[in-house]
Amino acid sequence: MSSNDLLLPRRRLLAGTALAGASLTLPGALRQALAQAPLVVGVIYVGPRGDFGYNQAQAAAAAALKKMPGIKVVEEENVPETAAVQKTMEAMINQDKATLIFPTSFGYFDPHMLKMAQKYPKVRFAHCGGMWTAGKHPTNTGSYFGYIDECQFLAGVVAGFTSKSKKLGFIAAKPIGQVLRNINAFTLGARLVDPSITTRVIFTGEWSMPVKEAEASTSLIDQGVDVLTSHVDSPKVIVETAEKRGIFSCGYHASQAALAPKGYLTGAEWDWATPYSAQVKAAQTGAPMPNFLRGGLKDGYVKMSPYGKAVSDAAKKKADEIKAAMSKGGYAIFKGALKDNKGNVVIAAGKSLDQFDAELEKMNYLVEGVIGSIPG
Amino acid sequence: MSSAAPAVGLQAAGPGAPGTAAWLRAQLAAAALAAAPAGVALVITVLLFSAAVAAAGFDALEVWGLILSGGFGDAFAWQNTLQRAAPLMLTGLAVALPAQAGRVIIGAEGALVLGGLAAAALGNVLATASPALAWPAMALAGALAGGLWIAIAGLLRDKREVNETISSLLLSFIAIALFNQCVETVLRDPASLNKASTKPLPDALMLPAMPGLDVHWGLGVGVAVALLAWGVLRFTPLGLALKVAGGNPRAALGVGLPVSALTVGACAAGGACAGLAGAVEVAAVHGAANASLIAGYGYSGILIAFAARFSPAGVVPVAILVGGIAASGSLLQRRLGLPDAAVTVLLGFAFVALIGCETLRGRSFWKRKA
Repeated sequence: MSSNDLLLPRRRLLAGTALAGASLTLPGALRQALAQAPLVVGVIYVGPRGDFGYNQAQAAAAAALKKMPGIKVVEEENVPETAAVQKTMEAMINQDKATLIFPTSFGYFDPHMLKMAQKYPKVRFAHCGGMWTAGKHPTNTGSYFGYIDECQFLAGVVAGFTSKSKKLGFIAAKPIGQVLRNINAFTLGARLVDPSITTRVIFTGEWSMPVKEAEASTSLIDQGVDVLTSHVDSPKVIVETAEKRGIFSCGYHASQAALAPKGYLTGAEWDWATPYSAQVKAAQTGAPMPNFLRGGLKDGYVKMSPYGKAVSDAAKKKADEIKAAMSKGGYAIFKGALKDNKGNVVIAAGKSLDQFDAELEKMNYLVEGVIGSIPG
Repeated sequence: MSSAAPAVGLQAAGPGAPGTAAWLRAQLAAAALAAAPAGVALVITVLLFSAAVAAAGFDALEVWGLILSGGFGDAFAWQNTLQRAAPLMLTGLAVALPAQAGRVIIGAEGALVLGGLAAAALGNVLATASPALAWPAMALAGALAGGLWIAIAGLLRDKREVNETISSLLLSFIAIALFNQCVETVLRDPASLNKASTKPLPDALMLPAMPGLDVHWGLGVGVAVALLAWGVLRFTPLGLALKVAGGNPRAALGVGLPVSALTVGACAAGGACAGLAGAVEVAAVHGAANASLIAGYGYSGILIAFAARFSPAGVVPVAILVGGIAASGSLLQRRLGLPDAAVTVLLGFAFVALIGCETLRGRSFWKRKA
């Protein structure tokens, strides 16, 4: 590290961050040490960083951290959910002196991250999607997640305006609550525009299985679907297939607009820079670790891909209107009377579920208008 | 498969009586001769990978420095390496043991997940039993599940002439589907909402780390099984019979060896090793059977066994080498921002060079001048 590298973050720190304010009251030597030793943040991905999906969304937040003063980011991709990730966390702590780690895959939480958190109580572990529970999990661990179904709902609205065949397609990985919630929100958004619209869903059974995803895309397009979206780790092949076959697509996790310049309508994206910087700020100032971070559009945890050129003005107007309501807070996507696709009432008339409602995280049904069933 | 015979072993009948200086010299020369292709392969690998790294705009010396320090530089690096190597020893054996009887089995992944599933299921039944009873039972269940699975491939070959390489691979896909089905339905822990998983084992049944090491007992088990297999092959009539049956089945039948039992048994033994690896992964790492068990260890085992020339003892150092490269790949990513594929390229060069040099063995210029 050259002396310039050392000076730059220090100068920026002294320019007025909270840490600089605190450090001015410290003895000189300690202050210098603080200013010179950056906070080392480790980020671990289960797949490739440039997957146009889940991992890329996390990597974008890591890239945002790199631009913050006094931060050093170390990254590792393609780390399996085995003892290997435990050793990667330990290596970041021992070899890189990381004190804040983002293990970003769901399967890293239990047992891997919990085990390391017990072994290294001074290191902070912030996990994506894990259900951190007070009293059950260590206080040097936490989880962050977002209400991306808000964006799926908006994408559904745009898809509803765009579709001519009134048939939408959804390619889903596994039938877990988060995925069902996205399928349902997308469908509800589209049916808000036109109640005759249906969504055909295919479950691939795997988070990342490009061959099956391509087959499912082809099959749905052959059935007359003209807007395709998904919840898989990397929607790349799905968006590419849609573009090749001349239909429209909505993205997920990160923006896939570059893959489909003609047919990409919009997409539901994570904005992980928000929880990442919250964790970094707490770590830098020594504040207790935020253990449970959740948020939607209003909180900056999720965002929409910019509208593609195929999106009509009417669609933009309606979607922007709802987005504004969501950004104010209190907009309920799931409200009664809501029926599942077997005709059972799942939310009673007059009842409306807040986005934070834990009941939504346990969703186990597909709403009316979804063609398909939950396997298993 | 004749190349399965450990060359060092065959040279043991060289000049001189055991213990004399001449005998020792002959032994050393034989060992050097056996190691020569590996040495040449190492040089080729270093040259190729350095060129690739330099072409990508990185300092080759720095990269090699990080590979050495990340894999083998200090106590932490060694434990990191050994931990990553542990499951690969058993899956390497899963390929190396059937190879002794001339069978090329590549479906260890399926045997591993079924072994893990059996161990997890039994572990939950024995949740209140003492570890002294539960651990051996779980290990046995894992080995049995894996062994029976690969024995199917062995039997199909023996009775129906179905190619065991293909059938073991296809059986592996079936095993994984079966595993997923069980984990997602009958054996699913209802509390595992977002990731289907069997019920977690009680803490008392989790395998601890080995004493003085931050590495779980899978390492000890892997080394022990490898040495046991080596000993059986090297020193027992069974080992000799297996080699004869694998090398020349007709001759073996001629001298009255039970060739079918030997070859199917070797397949079962290999499957048992993979199943045991699955049981260890469940009891030492995951605490339950779930999709994380499908991590590719079974496929890595194929490379390990080929690089070890199917020597059960050779599987141990090769697994450590591969574990070390994986550990250093982690450091390369973090320090230099090299992609994960960098160490895959390195492993690719290493294995191609090793297997390529291996074909030169026995050619005149390898032979010691008389």
